[in-house]
Amino acid sequence: METEIIAMYAFSIIHMFVGFALAPLMIGIVNRTKAVFAGRTGQPFLQPYYDMVKLLRKGAVYSRTTSWIFRAAPVVGLACAVAALAIVPFGNAPGLLSFEGDLVFFAYVLGLWRFFLVIAALDTGSAFEGMGASREVQFSAMAEPVLFVGLATVATLTGSLSLSDMIAGLSLPLAEIVLVAAALFVVFLCENARIPFDDPNTHLELTMIHEVMVLDYSGPDLGFVLYSAALKFWVLGALIIGITVPLDEGLPVWASCGYAFLGMVMLALLTGIVESVMARVRLLRVPQLLAAAGALAICALIFSMR
Amino acid sequence: METYIEASVILLLLTDIALFGTSRLYTCITIAAVQGVLLGLIALFANAETFIPRIIVIASIGIVIKAFVFPYLLKRTIRQAGVQREIQPFIGYLSSLVVSLVLFGVSIWFSAKLPLALGAGRSMIIPAAIMTMFTGLFLIVARRKALTQCIGYIVCENGMYLFGMVAVGEIPALVELGILLDAVAAVTVMGVAMYHINREFDHIDTDRLSSLKG
Repeated sequence: METEIIAMYAFSIIHMFVGFALAPLMIGIVNRTKAVFAGRTGQPFLQPYYDMVKLLRKGAVYSRTTSWIFRAAPVVGLACAVAALAIVPFGNAPGLLSFEGDLVFFAYVLGLWRFFLVIAALDTGSAFEGMGASREVQFSAMAEPVLFVGLATVATLTGSLSLSDMIAGLSLPLAEIVLVAAALFVVFLCENARIPFDDPNTHLELTMIHEVMVLDYSGPDLGFVLYSAALKFWVLGALIIGITVPLDEGLPVWASCGYAFLGMVMLALLTGIVESVMARVRLLRVPQLLAAAGALAICALIFSMR
Repeated sequence: METYIEASVILLLLTDIALFGTSRLYTCITIAAVQGVLLGLIALFANAETFIPRIIVIASIGIVIKAFVFPYLLKRTIRQAGVQREIQPFIGYLSSLVVSLVLFGVSIWFSAKLPLALGAGRSMIIPAAIMTMFTGLFLIVARRKALTQCIGYIVCENGMYLFGMVAVGEIPALVELGILLDAVAAVTVMGVAMYHINREFDHIDTDRLSSLKG
């Protein structure tokens, strides 16, 4: 028993490194899926890594209007992403830092990161980036309650407030889980600035949300921003996979991690498919989409409390 | 079977909520059609152990009418009237979604008060039936286009059908067929009425009909 627990925590540490190493690959998979849908060959799976390595070797240019906030934001963002990665369980392996109530910590670590991105965007003094910041804040203010209601549902089902215990305690198939997963998927797309909310490819000013906030970054800072975004994709994805993929308690830890990784790949494929078949919705419709996700989550909560 | 019933009931609830938030009339019609199919499936699943031909026949007729005949009639009406979407409903779509959640809560609370003996895996059917009725009534009250109100009528009928299926159990075949026939007749008549409203006023907004009163 002792050795098993040690093995589990060893896997938690391994998950951290796996997350560090494989998070950009997920972005590569999404891009490749979109390329295949569009009939192109697409960039190599490892393109995000090449981009980041290239960016890390370059020098950064800072505008004279910016202050230390602008320089601090990418580092804070990366730290937040790492902290979030440490909380999320993967497969049967619990999160490295799991404690009672860590779901609130999880949500606000992501919130802190967003806060820094936003004030850094305001710090540049560009009206354009301010507009993006305003949109980001508006949408995340609506996405966050959905995330919380979804997590509250899972907490009600399992009677636990720690992400690792919640996910380990779930047993499938439950109707609530399907609803929560759908709601969380919408949050996932919104938080990662994916297509129904924001087009990661666009450089057309009026439509951009996330991209516009990081326009002034260059070199290693931009690399950090991109890498933290990839980690965020991984972290939120791991949460959804943890909730939706049923895993047997008795399964060896490495096997469960393998399943979870397969789940992540499927999620990346699904994201690519959604991006290929859907158009970005109008900005005015975004709150409606998030409200629909909220409706699903609240439904699930009502179900779970019956 | 319980799992299938439960899944269909959940999907039914989701179609209800979708109806609250959809503005495109084509989508509304499709959702109502999906709802008809789900109802038929629930009826079939609920009686899967006791193989009664009568129920299978009635469920199949219901599916055919609700999934093919109604959408056909309504889509034809849309083409004639040339409307695509419900533009300014009395209650906006965001508020409608909020209302849907409140109604969902109310229907759960309400069904808990009803003294009904239900089998395993069917605890959600009564709330779903009440919710579906609420959805239909809401569409009738809160939407402006005659077509959406007609869909509301169909949805309301769906809810009553589901409620009757669970609460009463043995409804004579003649009665069920009679109800279906009534629904078909009603939808046909509403289609004709909408055609005339459209020809007379160039739109199918029902709120202006009240100006006809002398």
